[in-house]
Amino acid sequence: MINNLINSLFEYWPVLWPALAAIGVILAVVPFLGLYMTFVERKIAAYVQDRVGPNRVGPFGLFQAIADGIKIFLKEQLIPDHVFTALYFLAPAFSLITAMFALVVMPFGPVATDYKDGFRFIVAPGIDIGILMMLAISSLSAYGIIVGGWASNSKYSIYGAIRSCAQFISYEIPLGLSILGVIAITGSLNIEKIVEAQSGSLFDWNVFWQPVAMLVFFTAALAETNRLPFDLPECEQELVGGFHTEYSGIKFVLYFLAEYTHIVTVSFLTALLFLGGWHFPGLPGPSGASTPILLLGLGVLLAKVSLVVLVIILLRWSLPRFRFDQLMGLAWKGLIPLGLVNLVGVAIVLSLGLPKHLLIATVILPVLGAYYSAAKFNASTAIPNATRQGLSPQGAVSYE
Amino acid sequence: MSEPQTNEAQKNEALKNKPSAKKSVKWGEAPKLTILDALYLPAIVSGLATAVRHAVSGKATTRQYPEVEPEIPPNYRGVHRLNRDEAGRVKCVACYMCQTACPANCIEIIAAPAPKDDPHWKDRDKFPATFTIDELRCIYCGMCEEACPVDAIELTSIYDLTGMTREEMIFDKEKLLSVFDETVKTGRDPVRTNRGKLGPAAELSSTAKDAPPPPGRGKSG
Ligand code: SF4
Ligand code: SF4
Repeated sequence: MINNLINSLFEYWPVLWPALAAIGVILAVVPFLGLYMTFVERKIAAYVQDRVGPNRVGPFGLFQAIADGIKIFLKEQLIPDHVFTALYFLAPAFSLITAMFALVVMPFGPVATDYKDGFRFIVAPGIDIGILMMLAISSLSAYGIIVGGWASNSKYSIYGAIRSCAQFISYEIPLGLSILGVIAITGSLNIEKIVEAQSGSLFDWNVFWQPVAMLVFFTAALAETNRLPFDLPECEQELVGGFHTEYSGIKFVLYFLAEYTHIVTVSFLTALLFLGGWHFPGLPGPSGASTPILLLGLGVLLAKVSLVVLVIILLRWSLPRFRFDQLMGLAWKGLIPLGLVNLVGVAIVLSLGLPKHLLIATVILPVLGAYYSAAKFNASTAIPNATRQGLSPQGAVSYE
Repeated sequence: MSEPQTNEAQKNEALKNKPSAKKSVKWGEAPKLTILDALYLPAIVSGLATAVRHAVSGKATTRQYPEVEPEIPPNYRGVHRLNRDEAGRVKCVACYMCQTACPANCIEIIAAPAPKDDPHWKDRDKFPATFTIDELRCIYCGMCEEACPVDAIELTSIYDLTGMTREEMIFDKEKLLSVFDETVKTGRDPVRTNRGKLGPAAELSSTAKDAPPPPGRGKSG
């Protein structure tokens, strides 16, 4: 039995080691990235607010992230009396596991679609349901939050968890809808193939013929990461800490890392699905490319990802938080109709065999929506003429 | 147009007499929403632009504290000091005025008669044998300084007082005198008192007979 296992291990070793190496890279890099994203975020926050930010530990404060990490690992493990212990411990781990698991199908560097043996920048190459699996797994992370909120057995936590639940359910729909258009034109759920379809000129990048889908995707994905302006599940002013109110020390770090892993995932997805992935005009594709070209592609992808991360961080410091009804309104009344109509546009273009760049005309959709909502709002706040003439007291505001 | 029905007309008449129908009423209306407002995106972009503008401006308002010390205004009320007179003796005459004035009850003085046979002390009647201030209890109101007739107690501009124990923060006479020795060198004397000159009460003692009577009292009072 054991012998068989070892034999098959040797037999499959050539296909096994690239996957193991890629897993190693992800496991090593992602927590480190999460740690350093907190540092970058603090620095950017400081600069936006005309401050200096962490600058004491090491040159330019570069070791601050490590000091924070050490500190938080050594913190006291506080377990409140009233929690459901097993679930309480399980929830943060679950949150991080799902967040990391979603990275399995995500290429983090140029991957050729002919899948030769050897090291590749992806754990599981050639998964034909890649993007579907990614969405499915990453929406499972809501489970970690809900279980954590429930297990904490406290009002603030459960409110945060309930909000998170509602938010996840609402924003899953526009997320899926926005990707559908891209998938429909590419004809594949495989992320590498979707990126492959964006090779060639700059205008083959999906963002140039699916701007609305990109907008909807980015907004919905931002909501999935629970970050400002969508951080209703953990807003300090109302809910203390939201679902992680009762968590401290290493368990809190797990939640924290899960959140930052989500940001990494979202940024990679945006770059891969809409910004052309590792493609850049003039750069040859990854199939049969030499190592320097591959590394260059990796650099291009990472640059795009950093750009998205930067925008996400800057958004946090420029936008206020939504009110909960506004949050729901944005998903159900704004993003979902936009995504649906955009999908109809894609379907029309596909079935009539028109050039896909006609879809750039979809930018008219948000403008129409804005026109409609502005007109509706203005009509609702206007004071009726009957009131002005004193014929009806309704809606009258007098400053006598 | 047909005539309105009678009760409808009456109702309208009644409504017309309501205060909201008067000419003096000013109508407040919500500002109109434009397409750009309803699109959100221009507002988001301008918000981002503001953030980026601040981020790249490079004008941080942070002061690197331990290296760059803040400029303390000259009338700042910080740690106390007990002044010395020209002969180096503690200037305090143990009159208990500060202890009485202190709203936080943190000054404790024990007075002793000055050693008359010592030539160093021969012109003094009393001096404080002990003088302690609980710096933790003090609210730094400056009442003691105001009450002192000879400007013996003053609040300096030392703002970064720390200690590891409570006992450490109870300053005795020697400690308060050493604060004087330290701060007098910096030239940043407190501005509220007479900067080392004798106070008005001390002057009064030599010229008591010629001085005008205190306000509100007769010559005999
Ligand atoms: S500053 Fe105020 S509280 Fe402090 S010792 Fe003087 S009188 Fe008392
Ligand atoms: S008021 Fe002045 S002179 Fe009187 S006891 Fe206090 S410090 Fe000494």
